[in-house]
Amino acid sequence: MALAFSPDTERAFDRIVRRYPNLRAALIPTLFLADREFGYLSREAMEYVARRLELPPSWVLNTATFYTMLRKRPTGRNHIQVCVNVACYLRGADQLGDHLKKQLGIGFGEVTADGLFSLEGVQCLAACGTAPAMQVNDVYHEDMTIQKVDALIESLRLAPQTSGAATGQGGAR
Amino acid sequence: MIAIPANPGRGHLLRCGPGESILDISKHQAIGGFLALRKALSMQPAALIDEVKKASIRGRGGAGFPAGTKWSFLPKDNLKPRYLVINADEGEPGTFKDRYFLAQDPFALLEGIAISAFAIGAHTAFIYVRGEFVSEMRVLEEAIEQMRRAGALGRSVLGSTFALEIYVHPGAGAYVCGEESALLESIEGKPGRPRNRPPFPAVAGLWGCPTIINNVETMACVRLALQHGAEAFLAMGLPRDGGPKIYGLSGHVKRPGLFEAPLGLTLRTLIYDFGGGTLDDRPIKGIIPGGSSTPVLGPEALDTPMDFDSMKAAGSMLGTAATTVFTEGTCPVAVLVRIARFYAHESCGQCTPCREGTGWLERLVESIEHGTGRPGDADLLLSAANQILGNTICALGDAAALPVISFVNRFRDDFEAHITGQRCPYGAA
Ligand SMILES: Cc1cc2nc3c(=O)[nH]c(=O)nc-3n(C[C@H](O)[C@H](O)[C@H](O)COP(=O)(O)O)c2cc1C
Ligand code: SF4
Ligand code: FES
Repeated sequence: MALAFSPDTERAFDRIVRRYPNLRAALIPTLFLADREFGYLSREAMEYVARRLELPPSWVLNTATFYTMLRKRPTGRNHIQVCVNVACYLRGADQLGDHLKKQLGIGFGEVTADGLFSLEGVQCLAACGTAPAMQVNDVYHEDMTIQKVDALIESLRLAPQTSGAATGQGGAR
Repeated sequence: MIAIPANPGRGHLLRCGPGESILDISKHQAIGGFLALRKALSMQPAALIDEVKKASIRGRGGAGFPAGTKWSFLPKDNLKPRYLVINADEGEPGTFKDRYFLAQDPFALLEGIAISAFAIGAHTAFIYVRGEFVSEMRVLEEAIEQMRRAGALGRSVLGSTFALEIYVHPGAGAYVCGEESALLESIEGKPGRPRNRPPFPAVAGLWGCPTIINNVETMACVRLALQHGAEAFLAMGLPRDGGPKIYGLSGHVKRPGLFEAPLGLTLRTLIYDFGGGTLDDRPIKGIIPGGSSTPVLGPEALDTPMDFDSMKAAGSMLGTAATTVFTEGTCPVAVLVRIARFYAHESCGQCTPCREGTGWLERLVESIEHGTGRPGDADLLLSAANQILGNTICALGDAAALPVISFVNRFRDDFEAHITGQRCPYGAA
């Protein structure tokens, strides 16, 4: 089945392309659109983006592989990213990470068998003043504790199944 | 003697405390919003640049380069379009100040951008925001839309003949894209590999056009300097470092967070008065004063003023003034493991000393921490770090080497204890 953007994504694509003097500059924003729309950047998704931006597929691949947030393989429905950098380390990030690994039965870089969760250790999220910090899909969770992690996992298990592009108000504190 | 604000956490730059925000344009207008922009639009751009020079605004992205001087590097006779690019990639570990503006006070940033764009003659500005800041990007887009509706953006900014569009451009998870030339590559849709200089971006930046790159907080400073006048702004800081500064505090302190104070605040005031002291009142072992790339200091530096020149004289750097504190009982080798791992992970790989060297440093520090270090490894760390220093295209190489050198020098005994005891004496490994 040939991939194609939905009408909503198509509108977002139009808005993006108009900002730049050439199509190539729209590459990373468009890869984000494709990542959200298709779940991750499969080969077909990258080829589709290449066609839409009139770029050689090798350029698209070369750029996509440079950036960690552009997913080259599927993640769980809830992609949990735990900061492992200094400020979070000093505030118990290792214990948090270990606890998550135990509760979910997976290591960093893995996905649970039911596809509900994936886990990753990531670098500083710029939330060091509210460490330890983590991010689930798009949403920040800060000042975390083992208890708060347990409650979060529980609520994610019970939540209606939403896709990777979660909405919500993270960030401001 | 520096007066402590009655209400730490709020001030001229930090208009909102924790949990507060200015997301409605009318709220911004009610507290003096757009007065600075109106004033700027009534001036000649050259006079505006002079005003910014007089205010002595040193870039808040880490290097402390004077903003007005950078702007005056733009070639006068180049007819290509000019661009203003705002660095909101905020990736230096320990740093979390720019996120405040994006999430809680976007109009202070956007007004500063409009003033700066007018000064340098740019009609398009891009804000490069790290990809993780999804809700922050939404807040920004919404604020930009409000400004457009209020006539403060678009074909005629506040009724003037000046036209300006501001766009948000997402990063995608690469720390090196915070480096200004890598950032430009990234906007152009390429892997974020830093460019060789010259040419500098002011001459040939985005798509080969003259481009000015400034940090988020720098923009907020420009707005403040215009609102109050260069002299008043200068008086809020030091003669060579104008204005207030946002200080970040994290790690083993009772009250981590963001605090505003004049440039030149001492580490002691930051940690003990603003931050309420250390957890369980433990003695301080190390202070990373301005982001993970700045050399680590000890308690003897507590009375050092935090400004660009004094921190340099003390053997470190002000960097982003994002201070991370760790207390006695913390294994410094374990702390360095996190730092070394970070830079090895983030090296873009195009210079051999950085690509190979950062990997080396990471493996060596890890093996020492895990008790498999060998005699001489501490010196090996120093020599490996020194081979990176100054031998790379961008400053990420130095950023990786400097913490290693400073940790080994300061905590030499701890490194040797790991090596001779064949284990981490703190039980941290
Ligand atoms: C590896 C590396 C990462 C950087 N990351 C950032 C960043 O996240 N934000 C930032 O403003 N400057 C960052 N900088 C500094 C920028 O290159 C540049 O100096 C700065 O954005 C200029 O703005 P300013 O003059 O207003 O400080 C980084 C530099 C290097 C070498
Ligand atoms: S110093 Fe490192 S990050 Fe910078 S250009 Fe060289 S390899 Fe890339
Ligand atoms: S170190 Fe974890 S958010 Fe900065």
